Amino acid sequence: MPGFLNATLAFLRNTWRGLTSMRTALVLLFLLALAALPGALIPQRSLNQSEVDRYFRDYPNLAPILDKLGAFEVFSSVWFASIYVLLFISLIGCLLPRCWEYYKQWRSKPVRTPRNLGRMPHYEQATLDASVDEVMTSARKRLRGWRMVEREEADGALSISAERGFLREIGNLVFHFALVGMLIGVAGGKLYGYEGQVIVVADGSEFCNSGTYNYDSFRAGLTVDGTQLNPFCVRLNDFEVKYQPTGQVESYRVDMQYQAGGDLDTNTWQPYLLQVNHPLRIVGDRVYLSGNGYAPKFTVTFPDGQQRTGLIQWQPVSIQTMLSQGATKFDPPGVQDEAQRRQSQLAITGLFAPTATFDGKVLSSGFPDLLDPAVAVDVLRGDLGLDSGRGQSIFSVDQSMVDQGRLKRVARQNLRPGEEIRLDDGTRVHFDGVERWANLQVSHDPFQPWVLGFAIAIIFGIGTSLTIKRRRVWVRAVPSPEPDDSRSARTVVEVGGLARTDQAGYGEEFTRLTADLLGTGVDHSPQSRAVAGSARERKS
Amino acid sequence: MPVNQTLSTYSDMAYATSVVVYIAAMLLYFGEFAYGRTGAGVRKRESALVNAGGGATSTPVIGHVETPQKRPLSERLGGMAVAMTVLGALVHAASLLLRGFATGRVPWGNMYEFGSAICLAAVVAWGIVLFRQLRAERREATPTQLRGLGGFLMLPVILLLFLSGTVLYAKAAPLQPALQSYWIVIHVAAAIVSSGVLLFAGVASVLYLLRCRFENNPLKLAKFGSRLPTSQALDRMAYRATVIIFPVWTFAIVAGAIWAEAAWGRFWGWDPKETCSFVAWVVYAAYLHARATAGWRGVRAAWINIFGLAVMIFNLFFINIVVAGLHSYAGL
Ligand code: HEM
Repeated sequence: MPGFLNATLAFLRNTWRGLTSMRTALVLLFLLALAALPGALIPQRSLNQSEVDRYFRDYPNLAPILDKLGAFEVFSSVWFASIYVLLFISLIGCLLPRCWEYYKQWRSKPVRTPRNLGRMPHYEQATLDASVDEVMTSARKRLRGWRMVEREEADGALSISAERGFLREIGNLVFHFALVGMLIGVAGGKLYGYEGQVIVVADGSEFCNSGTYNYDSFRAGLTVDGTQLNPFCVRLNDFEVKYQPTGQVESYRVDMQYQAGGDLDTNTWQPYLLQVNHPLRIVGDRVYLSGNGYAPKFTVTFPDGQQRTGLIQWQPVSIQTMLSQGATKFDPPGVQDEAQRRQSQLAITGLFAPTATFDGKVLSSGFPDLLDPAVAVDVLRGDLGLDSGRGQSIFSVDQSMVDQGRLKRVARQNLRPGEEIRLDDGTRVHFDGVERWANLQVSHDPFQPWVLGFAIAIIFGIGTSLTIKRRRVWVRAVPSPEPDDSRSARTVVEVGGLARTDQAGYGEEFTRLTADLLGTGVDHSPQSRAVAGSARERKS
Repeated sequence: MPVNQTLSTYSDMAYATSVVVYIAAMLLYFGEFAYGRTGAGVRKRESALVNAGGGATSTPVIGHVETPQKRPLSERLGGMAVAMTVLGALVHAASLLLRGFATGRVPWGNMYEFGSAICLAAVVAWGIVLFRQLRAERREATPTQLRGLGGFLMLPVILLLFLSGTVLYAKAAPLQPALQSYWIVIHVAAAIVSSGVLLFAGVASVLYLLRCRFENNPLKLAKFGSRLPTSQALDRMAYRATVIIFPVWTFAIVAGAIWAEAAWGRFWGWDPKETCSFVAWVVYAAYLHARATAGWRGVRAAWINIFGLAVMIFNLFFINIVVAGLHSYAGL
């Protein structure tokens, strides 16, 4: 039994060692990069469902297999998650011991000067006309700012061990910890955030963030049930779009008002100009302008003289020309009888063009701006299927009702604003004009500031870690064994250097340092009586 | 703001001129590379020069004045190549500036301008490396060897410029609303500089691999390999360029995320461009890790660096042109 236990423990220990090794981290990083690539190459459901549908049509054999593998939602797939979870376990397993090690290093003194300095990657030696003390003083001066220890060695030589660049490790740790923090922040956003889309017509219509039912679509975080949304309201007064002659958009501006907090009680409105790149930020939520289009306005006058006006968004089919399609639906007023109502519902469906061009009688649009609006519509009468229990698109009628003959076309015509169609039963359909609508996106993510904070820590951490070099220098001064009789003391000075991390770029600094300490590189003639101290003076 | 057509035309002319000047520079670089004396001879002369300034170990002969040697033709070609590079870069910069003045905005609002700016960043990065290496106290390679890199950098730069100027060319026009933000200055500038410097790093890594083949077996690539700087020097150049620019690339991605938060309603949404930038970032992180992992330091790390550059280029072209995403305002 103990044997089994030992074997298990050994297995666990080895697994842990393996997982937290640098090599594993490298492999996992690679895997992460490779696993993310399909996310860029294969259409993703979360971004573009229609592209995914097209992929299924184009590759009917391949697509279902890819779908099983999760290739259409890479970033929420199990295998992608398992890679980054492993990577982060490895990361934490790697970081904790390193923190401890770093702490120990920070507490300890720079290491003893090696016996044989000549073996160091960087090494210079010179005999100077100065006493050991003078050499040490000037070396001490030159190495100001380094962590330094002076030691006297067994043979009487004096040496300095100096070390610099501790911030490098700090930067490295900050960077890696901030990565963990960022992951947690992103996960928090997925738990506590939400995002809703709603179309609001810019004719003074309002939208209130009081419940998810007000939205056209709503994506809730895992802990969000929609009951505790931040209360605020917006009102869209006007929507102005400027176009260049080429049809390219120059600017979108929504003239809007909003109220939140105390303003809700007093019913006061604050003005705001909503633009792309300038979201409205209120009480922890952000409101974005994420789309726009046209809403044609129709007034139906029923045979008994009652009127109903419909103003509902139509959907752009072409972004370049803003040709739009949609369906505006009406219930006959004052009809109590269910069966009768289902025979006399109306739908106005077809195309809207902001700048009408006709190819024969077929309407299309020549320009995205509202220069010469027109609609080409079918008027359908019968059962719209609104009570069938099946959801239906607001942009179209239920085609199965048409196929079953329960919804019949009673007119087809092109209309300009002010024109109308008279139906066989005397009903008049009047095309009043057109408004613009804005698609608003409301987003909420309480963790966003944290993610930003960690991102900044990542940048500074990596910047520090990569620009600062961890390096060591040793200086040893020994009285010259053969004193020059004409002169006083001479000293043999050795300088050794070692870059603890990647060596790239350390050589230059070492060269300058030895130039200052040994007087090399300043005056090369052997006659020169360069003293380290004077070399330093010349420099400053 | 209307576009100033005259300035825009001048900008296009400057662009074409800079490509021609770069081609001349490249040919001159290659001229020196091909006709220069092979490594050994030059190195002897250079090391004599270095030793003259080498300090305590040297024993100069007193009273001997070296007769100034006439510089061989190949070296003069190299000097001209550097001069042409500087001239090309100036004209190139003028082309971008004129675009900016013509449109009254930053000159990197579509793929054409972006590609052009990246090339300028790469050329400037090369200029800085050359300048610093020539001035360094401890030179890692002879000036001839160093200049030898120039042609290999100019080659991809010219190809990129050619592609940008033909396939990707876009008329001077104002920015679309999604791009009207000061973040375009910050985010895109950081991305341009990173891409340019990483292009240089990638070229250095490719040459490193070639030089390694030669060093492992001097019979392979004998002529070519012997003219390159040592593998150690090439490796360091690639590493230092990457190390300096990695935080900038990190910053570019973060700035992009901040902008995305304001423009698209979320700071990260795995848009193809975001995804590809992330992949490139992870690959470069892997490169830095490889440099700290036994057994991965040399050749393998260089391959990772090249792979990183491949992802960057893929990100620039394929993602912008082929894949539909939020970044598809290439102006095509
Ligand atoms: C989330 C994934 C990770 C990323 C994006 C990442 C990124 C980086 C980067 C960019 C560097 C270069 C900074 C420098 O050289 O000082 C670095 C260094 C380092 N990383 Fe990571 N890392 C990750 C995970 C890990 C893991 C799992 C380990 C442990 C096995 C680890 C251990 C190290 C070590 C020891 C260094 C210092 C290398 C050196 O001295 O140059 N990292 N990391």
